[in-house]
Amino acid sequence: MRSFLYIMTTLAVIGLAFWAYHENYKTQEAIERTERLQREIGAARSRLSVLKAEWAYLNRPDRLRDLAELNFDRLGLLPLRPAHFGNVDQVSFPVIDPDGLDPITNSVPVSSQGEEP
Amino acid sequence: MIRTPLRPLARILDARQKGENPDAIERENIRLRHEDMRDKLRVRAEQRLLLLGIMYFCAFLVIGARMGGLAASEPEEPRGATDGASIVAQRADIVDRKGRILATNMETHSLYAHPHQMIEPLRAAEELGEIFPDLDVADLKKRFTSDRKFMWIRKKLSPEQKQAVHDIGEPGLLFGPREMRLYPNGAVAAHVLGGYGFGREGVHSAEVIGTAGIEKFEDELLRDPAREGAPLELSLDLTIQDAAEKVLYGGMKIMNAKGAASILMDVHSGEILALASLPDFDPNDRPLPALGDDPSISPLFNRAVQGVYELGSTFKIFAAAQAMDLGIVNPGTMVDIRGPLRWGKHRIRDFHNYGRELSVTKVIVKSSNIGTARLAQMIGAARQKAFLEKLGFFDVTAVELQEAKAARPLLPPNWSELSTMTISYGHGLSASPLHLAAAYATVANGGFAVTPTLLRQSGAQKGERVLSARAAKASLAMLRLVVSHPEGTASFGDVKGYAVGGKTGTADKPKPRGGYYDDKVIATFASVFPSHDPKYVLIVTLDEPEIHAAGQLRRTAGWTAVPVAAEMIERLAPLLGLRPEIEPAELAGIRLTSQ
Repeated sequence: MRSFLYIMTTLAVIGLAFWAYHENYKTQEAIERTERLQREIGAARSRLSVLKAEWAYLNRPDRLRDLAELNFDRLGLLPLRPAHFGNVDQVSFPVIDPDGLDPITNSVPVSSQGEEP
Repeated sequence: MIRTPLRPLARILDARQKGENPDAIERENIRLRHEDMRDKLRVRAEQRLLLLGIMYFCAFLVIGARMGGLAASEPEEPRGATDGASIVAQRADIVDRKGRILATNMETHSLYAHPHQMIEPLRAAEELGEIFPDLDVADLKKRFTSDRKFMWIRKKLSPEQKQAVHDIGEPGLLFGPREMRLYPNGAVAAHVLGGYGFGREGVHSAEVIGTAGIEKFEDELLRDPAREGAPLELSLDLTIQDAAEKVLYGGMKIMNAKGAASILMDVHSGEILALASLPDFDPNDRPLPALGDDPSISPLFNRAVQGVYELGSTFKIFAAAQAMDLGIVNPGTMVDIRGPLRWGKHRIRDFHNYGRELSVTKVIVKSSNIGTARLAQMIGAARQKAFLEKLGFFDVTAVELQEAKAARPLLPPNWSELSTMTISYGHGLSASPLHLAAAYATVANGGFAVTPTLLRQSGAQKGERVLSARAAKASLAMLRLVVSHPEGTASFGDVKGYAVGGKTGTADKPKPRGGYYDDKVIATFASVFPSHDPKYVLIVTLDEPEIHAAGQLRRTAGWTAVPVAAEMIERLAPLLGLRPEIEPAELAGIRLTSQ
């Protein structure tokens, strides 16, 4: 009985040691992974800041103004003036061209709440 | 264990035969056994003590080694527990109120040389001279062949330049990583942003420090690692700032002015939405400070904040507002304007002769110096001083610009009654356009003191009450009449739909050695819009404007600063989201007059 207890204890110690060894390796692997990820995050952040700077540089007012002038024929962009404010009722309702519409192909039945057309 | 009997039979029997006491044998045996036990116990105790000693020694050894190791090793961040936010640039970005970048960081490289590691120093010097035409090749050759160990060649390199230097293939030319500041919008808001330089420099990094403007004022905040790179949000709006600069530049050219400045400020929060000063510069390539006595010729000079000028008749509204606030007059009270008004050997004159007497409203609308001086006489020096102090004309503005700390208004050394009279129409007291903007904001927001700021605020910042709501409202009605009345000095400033109110001011420029120029003026227009519910104050100042209009040379603000301001309002108000609207028909001033 006693020796059985000894054997069990020894086995338990060996088992625990094995488990601790594994955990240790797993922890180290996780730490390495976080470090790698953090390096990647750092690189991504610096890339992002460069891209942001580039975006801001491409969107600088001087360049946008020049582009708006160059492409005036296509875009017709003008500096905003007080006269450009309008009311909703000044916007014409979109005219639907009945001939240009595609035929209804996949119609869905809807309830008309008992009312017949 | 074999136990030795205490009374061994053989010896007992033997002793009995000899007539000895057998108990002596037992005692002897007990003694021997005790001695034996004692020896064993001692050995065991000694062993235990030794073991304990060894264990203590080992434990202390481990602790000592660990402490020594900790003390001697480089500190290291905990590897597993950092969050990604700590990996940020050393200096925070600056963004406008809508989050658009005004200043950010770029990673670049610096170039330095180790001449002692060079293989072909002369060829390297020549090729460097081809890449950087501004380098002195002869000097470089001399230094590369000297016994120096280290020298800087370039602080910042573009990627193309770096590749070109790399292609020289000289092992003695080395690159160090370096962060630099980038202002992607170029000269837009240059005077606000200021500029940057390098502080302590090393091969692996260099400190980026602000050298002017908000970069210097908020230097510590921008570099504070505890903020984790959160950008500094300014109250400026990039679109509005740029539009303001463009319109102001056009106006400056048309009016043949030497310089110009404008400030657009929210009247409730004191937030500056646009602050322009011309001529300007590119903060990416900040010019050197001007040498000589007059800093104002340098493009670095911020006319809106640093320029301390006599602001002329724009001050008149303060005298009128205070007189109404004190209950001395109301807008309809008649004021004697017979001139010239003599005070000692000094004479106060009007631009034109406006007759014998005018109502307070008309004094402002026609900009009568004599009328305002009369109002100031009624107010008195002490009360005028206290009022102007509350409006902020006695101290530097609290705006977050390094330059503002030095822009102290110039006050008369002795505040006599004559000073009181001249200051009431803006002569004898010099202040920056920013001071004027803050004071006009006070009139416009119903009488609360305003602290101008360049940092984004969360809403209205109500300061101390300086002016009663009634006086502020009546003053606004007067300012509106200056623009809307056909006889008003700013009739060119009426922008349809925005109910502009304002006051012109034309002040002769002082000569550096005393006295005033006859043909050089500073023209200022301080405006408020929309005047029935003021939201913004716009100050436009032109330095030495001149224009031929209606058959003669014009310098007064009504012909120069006012049209520029009107164009700015027309351009900026829609960008600010203000719809043109028909102003309420009944003017506040008219109602008050009838009461």
